[in-house]
Amino acid sequence: MSFRGYEAVIGIEVHVQLKTASKMFCADATEFEAGDNENTSPVSVGMPGTLPVVNKKAIEFSIKTGLALGCEIRKKSVFARKNYFYPDLPKGYQISQFDLPLCENGKISFKVDGVEKTISITRAHMEEDAGKSNHSGEYTLINLNRAGMPLLEIVSGPDMRTPAEAAEYGRTIRQIVRYLDVCDGNLEEGSMRCDCNVSVMKEGSTKFGTKVEIKNINSFRFVEKAVEFEIDRQIDLVERGEKILQETRLWDPDKNKTFSMRTKEDAQDYRYFPDPDLLPVTVTDAMIAKFRSELPELPLARAKRFVSAHGLPEYDALVLTSEKELADFYEATTKVCNNHKASSNWIMTELLRELNQANKEISQSPITPEMLGRLIGFIDEGKISGKIAKAVFAEMWVSGKDPDTVIKEKNLVQISDAGAVEKIIDEVLAANAQQVADYRGGRTKLFGFFVGAVMKASKGQANPDVVNKVLLEKLKG
Amino acid sequence: MIDPKTIAHIAKLARLEVSAEEASRYSGDLSKALGYFEQISKVDTQGVEPLVTPSEMQPFWREDEAKREFTAEEMTANAPEKMGNLFKVPPVV
Amino acid sequence: MDLTHASMVEIAQAVRSKKVSAKEVANHYKHRIEKLDKQLNSFITVNDQAETEAAKIDEKIARGEDPGPLAGVPFGVKDMFCTRGLKTTAASRILGGFVPPYDATVVARLKQAGIVVMGKLNLDEFAMGSSNETSAFGAVKNPWNLDCVPGGSSGGSAAAQAARLVAGTVGTDTGGSIRQPASFCGIVGVKPTYGRVSRYGIVAYASSLDQAGPMVSTVQDAALTLELISGRDERDSTTAEKKVPAFSKDLSTNVKGMKIGVLKEYMAGGLHPDVEKTVQKAMENLKSMGAELVEVSAPLTEHAVPIYYLIATSEASSNLARYDGVRFGHRADFGNLSAVELDQFYSRSRGEGFGDEVKRRIMLGTYCLSSGYYDAYYSKACQVRRLIRDQFDDVFKKCDVVLSPVSTHPAFKTGERISDPLAMYLNDIYTVSTNLAGLPGMSVPFGLSKERLPIGVQLTAGHYEEQKMLNVAAALEAVSPVKGEKPHVI
Repeated sequence: MSFRGYEAVIGIEVHVQLKTASKMFCADATEFEAGDNENTSPVSVGMPGTLPVVNKKAIEFSIKTGLALGCEIRKKSVFARKNYFYPDLPKGYQISQFDLPLCENGKISFKVDGVEKTISITRAHMEEDAGKSNHSGEYTLINLNRAGMPLLEIVSGPDMRTPAEAAEYGRTIRQIVRYLDVCDGNLEEGSMRCDCNVSVMKEGSTKFGTKVEIKNINSFRFVEKAVEFEIDRQIDLVERGEKILQETRLWDPDKNKTFSMRTKEDAQDYRYFPDPDLLPVTVTDAMIAKFRSELPELPLARAKRFVSAHGLPEYDALVLTSEKELADFYEATTKVCNNHKASSNWIMTELLRELNQANKEISQSPITPEMLGRLIGFIDEGKISGKIAKAVFAEMWVSGKDPDTVIKEKNLVQISDAGAVEKIIDEVLAANAQQVADYRGGRTKLFGFFVGAVMKASKGQANPDVVNKVLLEKLKG
Repeated sequence: MIDPKTIAHIAKLARLEVSAEEASRYSGDLSKALGYFEQISKVDTQGVEPLVTPSEMQPFWREDEAKREFTAEEMTANAPEKMGNLFKVPPVV
Repeated sequence: MDLTHASMVEIAQAVRSKKVSAKEVANHYKHRIEKLDKQLNSFITVNDQAETEAAKIDEKIARGEDPGPLAGVPFGVKDMFCTRGLKTTAASRILGGFVPPYDATVVARLKQAGIVVMGKLNLDEFAMGSSNETSAFGAVKNPWNLDCVPGGSSGGSAAAQAARLVAGTVGTDTGGSIRQPASFCGIVGVKPTYGRVSRYGIVAYASSLDQAGPMVSTVQDAALTLELISGRDERDSTTAEKKVPAFSKDLSTNVKGMKIGVLKEYMAGGLHPDVEKTVQKAMENLKSMGAELVEVSAPLTEHAVPIYYLIATSEASSNLARYDGVRFGHRADFGNLSAVELDQFYSRSRGEGFGDEVKRRIMLGTYCLSSGYYDAYYSKACQVRRLIRDQFDDVFKKCDVVLSPVSTHPAFKTGERISDPLAMYLNDIYTVSTNLAGLPGMSVPFGLSKERLPIGVQLTAGHYEEQKMLNVAAALEAVSPVKGEKPHVI
């Protein structure tokens, strides 16, 4: 895509905080809500003589994510020490995989404006998080609750060309890790962090420009805006004949612009070397096969299946697969009623509307797939009308009762018995003798009036098909 | 070989304040030691995988269980300066 | 009962059978420390709770509970091991008044076995030294001759044990720090196979080389202590999942048919005549007891010292980064924090806190890992390290145990070598390969120099073959020409 005759090159690093109960290298708890330095121990405080021991679950989650990203899993990956001094880095080094990462050479696909796009994943490696600094002008306070949290850093190739692609890439990574249930994907709480590398070059060129890193953007909407701003800023600089500095910038969502954090001129020398306290992470084929067999069907594949096997429109399929729980809900619903399109419609219109209004997750829905499936089944069986069904749905949402109970309690069963319908019709016709005469005199438009009156008299419970049929007979005279 | 300028660079990387006297002494000591250590370049190590730790064995991994064995007070008890249960350092921005 | 010279095993038996109370034993040794340590400076911290803790062991016995195989044995702990509630210094100013809220696994296991911690023993700062002269708490004296060094880095342990200020000690050995002082002070010191003993809670010097082990008076005590501290620790993932043999029960002086290797390169020139004589005598004795002597070779020995120092200092430069004055330890006095720049905050605190030799090694290691030098120094050293290990694997195909000197010389005079760092490094020529290859090694007393300074012989075995080495040591101990010799301080 062309931006004023320039092409943008975007690569993204996503830090995914793995959803383990304990930290990467020690048994400290990982919950977000904790008192100051309450989730610490001699290991995470970096006290003398303490040693890291790898969390098995973190390895499992990392491998699963790697597999879902189509990566090769390295049989022997190595934790290295990245040496630098900073007050929130307790040991004076961060344990991070460096030249031998666990996952490499993957790719993911997603749709941007209806077009499928494939982005390469250069690598995904495990590392530990640092602590948190709270700054005031006079001093800084250090909280190490976050120190040692398990992270998987996923690095894309420089494959994205537009802000929309960058945002969609981030959303897709988030969707995948949530499908795998290895990360809660919460950008605001920092359980997922996104850094974008952006450069521009003249259209048709193959030589990338100087890249600028934009750090810690806390929503994908902001990813799009920040990248867009940065592309413009860089093109302006180039057009003015100025040099683009290799630097790290931050996004200011209030001012809608990026600003410089530090330049990278004074490149750090991290003195990486293999951590002698940790043996290489060795992974067997059996482990990989086991984890692969445990992988859920991934979003894009699932959406494609919903289109091909269930006959859903692509739009429905993409919405339903946006979250794993939602797709699971849909599949469970349609399994009960065996009506794919109706299941999709009910979820996408009624259920999602209610959830949105109540600000609830699908997992908190008072209506279960079993309940919704039965409701749809009742419509298909003719037990209730679509209109009644909406009323039943509303009552189910409020009370959490199953549709059978609601229908019974409110006496909403559809009246399909011809005799019973005939009785109601007779009463309606008797009460509207003038209109009956007019109808028979040629004003056949009045048919709708009679249908409405009958439905009203039956409190909406009369089966419309039966009403139509009997009414026609009766009006013939 | 290790001139005082290099010493200053290493001292900065290692965050060590060294006096001029120390710098000149370390410059001599390190040059002498590294001069002697140079001999290892003679050893043919073509294709040899570096040995990082002598216990090349199957590592063992921890089960993912959270434990709370220490209080925040214990973890900050040795701090040179603190505020509440937070470590206090000079302003870093 | 002669409490002063009783072995650990004898003391434990006496305490367990109530012939003597643990408290009496602690009291006896406390007085010895008070009386004698002024001359030696082997303690950094004396545990003022020792008698109270000993009394608890007596109560346990009174209640009929098992007080453990080392019940009431007064122990000294090298001040590299973290001890819960007892100040730990690594003989450095940088740790300030650090009081660990945890025990090193070795200490926890020994406490479980019933020891009474009498205090923390002096050492070279961060175990960086071969003479115990780099301690921020002053040099330690050799109890055999107060003008001489006790060796290092576990000099305090060796001196306190030789002078019987404690009945047992534990030290750490990164490049010879147990074996060389054991030799200089005439005690038994064992450095186990890397991976045999947990490093958790031991202040790290060089992670891939550090191992803890006993420094005691008899081979039997060494075997028992080793047995108690060995085995996988869930807090140290470099410990091996190996069954721990019953070293003390299986101890045997029968060396008949054993193949004793004599390393050509270790016997070639430069040896002090008394050291050479001592090793020769050990060879003769073993031969007469039915062992077979075989000549073996490790030609890479000439590179062992450079490899050791390149690797050890590289790791140390990173291991010692945590001493930054943020969470514990020494912080320079800045008065008002708000005016302090971060780099200065670190550099001054660390510059003040670390001693001369430690700074030298941090600088050396930082240089070796820095951009542009990593391949030529650290990485190259690790490659040669593999060759050294492979070479020893071959050696142990040809023999069971290697017999060699520990050091070229007996203990030297305090101040004699400290001014020449490289010369000091070269002292470690016979001990560092063992650590590089991860092998078990030990020193057992077998001679005295003309000046009445102890000389030990070194035994080295294949990975996890400590029993063979201990058996040869027991055989030598049984015929040792220096049995019953005591330092003049006692």
